[in-house]
Amino acid sequence: MAGMTQQVKETPLLEIEDLQVCFDTEDGTVAAVDGVSLTIPRGRIVGLVGESGCGKSVTAYSILRLIQKPGRIRRGRIRLHPLHGDAMDVTALGEKDDALYRLRGGRVSMIFQEPMTALSPVHTVGNQICEAIRLHQEVTRAAAERLAVEMLERVGIPGAAGRLRQYPFEMSGGMRQRVVIAMALVGRPELLIADEPTTALDVTIQAQIMDLMRGLQREMNTAILLITHDLGVVAQMCDDVAVMYLGRIVERGTVRQILKTPQHPYTRGLLASLPSLSRGRSELPSIEGSVPSLSEIPSGCPFHPRCPHYQADTCDRGGPPDLRPSPAGHEAACLRLEGLEAAP
Amino acid sequence: MITPRQSVTEPLLSVRGLCKYFPVHRQGLLRRKTRYVRAVDDVSFDVAPGETLGLVGESGSGKTTTGRAILRAIEPTRGTVLLAHGGERLDVATLGRKELKGLRTRMQMIFQDPFSSLNPRMTVEDIVGEPLVIHRLAKGRVLRDRVGAMLEKVGLKPEHRSRYPHAFSGGQRQRIGIARALIMNPAFLVADEPVSALDVSVQAQVVNLLQKLQRELGLTYLFIAHDLSVVRHICDRIAVMYAGKIVEIAPTEKLFNRPCHPYTRALLASVPNPDPDVAMPEVIHGEVADPGNLPAGCSFHPRCPHATDVCRQEAPVLRPMGEGCQVRCPHPFD
Repeated sequence: MAGMTQQVKETPLLEIEDLQVCFDTEDGTVAAVDGVSLTIPRGRIVGLVGESGCGKSVTAYSILRLIQKPGRIRRGRIRLHPLHGDAMDVTALGEKDDALYRLRGGRVSMIFQEPMTALSPVHTVGNQICEAIRLHQEVTRAAAERLAVEMLERVGIPGAAGRLRQYPFEMSGGMRQRVVIAMALVGRPELLIADEPTTALDVTIQAQIMDLMRGLQREMNTAILLITHDLGVVAQMCDDVAVMYLGRIVERGTVRQILKTPQHPYTRGLLASLPSLSRGRSELPSIEGSVPSLSEIPSGCPFHPRCPHYQADTCDRGGPPDLRPSPAGHEAACLRLEGLEAAP
Repeated sequence: MITPRQSVTEPLLSVRGLCKYFPVHRQGLLRRKTRYVRAVDDVSFDVAPGETLGLVGESGSGKTTTGRAILRAIEPTRGTVLLAHGGERLDVATLGRKELKGLRTRMQMIFQDPFSSLNPRMTVEDIVGEPLVIHRLAKGRVLRDRVGAMLEKVGLKPEHRSRYPHAFSGGQRQRIGIARALIMNPAFLVADEPVSALDVSVQAQVVNLLQKLQRELGLTYLFIAHDLSVVRHICDRIAVMYAGKIVEIAPTEKLFNRPCHPYTRALLASVPNPDPDVAMPEVIHGEVADPGNLPAGCSFHPRCPHATDVCRQEAPVLRPMGEGCQVRCPHPFD
């Protein structure tokens, strides 16, 4: 909690304020992200957690303005305060603004879940990294290659110079993800957005990549927005966490607050449904029902039809509840927080 | 509560020396076999009636191929697969087409991806009832009743029967897949990563359903997965595969508390714990072995922190270690 109050004093690297992202569908316009506010302090790892369709990726894509039709940012501001250079509102930039191109892969870069789709299959790894370098830095081809080799060595690729001439298909999944990380970090970004960076990898390789990312993050003091559904990865990587459900943040706090003293019934349900490594063979607690579609968001608290603590006439009335301070010292969007304190 | 049944009784399934090699051809004027990918190599285990055996390993370890070869969804290269059936034991690996078809009612499969494993142009009723139609076991009213009863058993409503798969969520689709597998009253099920494509909250529902059905119907599962926490929750015994071979097989709690093989240890240590107070997972270096290009000796030796000259030269054999545990390592932990 001490960490939380300290951050308020300095300007955070990124501030997302009341973001709403809509998609036009056959069933009308749906809000995939609705009223999300989130700050990312410099040099910290912020986890964005939730199940498929909760809007975690859409939130992250909005930061780089990667939302494509039929989607659009309808409301909200995303302000970036880089260490060097002027603050900017990403949402105010034009689609073809030069500043946007400089931003992508420059101050803010991104790594994706599936390294094979992030890499071009018909260009060598060297060419792809050099392209990323020369888009943002005025260096000669030879200098870019030297930088590329240096970066590949830093992400733990043996025989880096030889690897430059290889194509992605000649590499294993873990090696490819290292290449993608090298490419994302070669421009020394202040913010790295990592969308499920280890989900496609085997556990022993996942452990290697997590270790690598933490190491590089400390060394370069990059802030990371880590999108994941794996609470184990969150526990081991993140400083702060925001939990999303149906396009809204339902709980946020430090990693210890969220995982040790979860307040929102949804977060509690998620944690309880993990088959714990210590629990016996009894029945797993599960969350009733399934995530409703975005075109049928329930009234009141969107989680109320699945909530074990649902109270008629309270939880199903009005609009979705806002985040408010919880008894545990962080924030949760639940009307019955005080009543839940004693509940398991 | 399911009590782990050890092989005191006759096993329902005995797999011995199961191999599946895929030939790799080099392109040329004369297509010549150059080498074999040993996807599954000398796999042996027993599964007792009512037991759940977990098969875990990383991608390319051969766990899915093993499951498919047992059901003869692919033809095994060598080995026997004995399935108890009406007082006798039939070798699935060598049965003729006709006998095999008869035996299919005894063994079924649940697939990983509930999106690609259901035909989008068939209704739920047709999907779930199709096995009965193919085997001419029911038609008309009887068929409808059996499908309805099965849907209810897996937690779906009878009015769901006329809908198409696209109208269901991932968890519900997996229930449809389970209903299709169970409609024939099989004794033995291969569940290939049945919950890995599902969200955590739904995963728990499907795991609970599988356990409930096992209790009610006395099912025997071969549960293939890479998620070790799910495996620990559901399995009585676990076999760990690496590069096509079983490297360790042991009762679940024994395996988790005192793993004997260095690879099992590394695999367990790599799982990130959802408790922020537990330290970062240990890192083992190197990459998963390529079954098409295996190192000499023990396949794990290039990554093993305890490898010696013996490991680099001789391929180890699976040896019993006591407590129902078998290990393929010359220097196992005790």
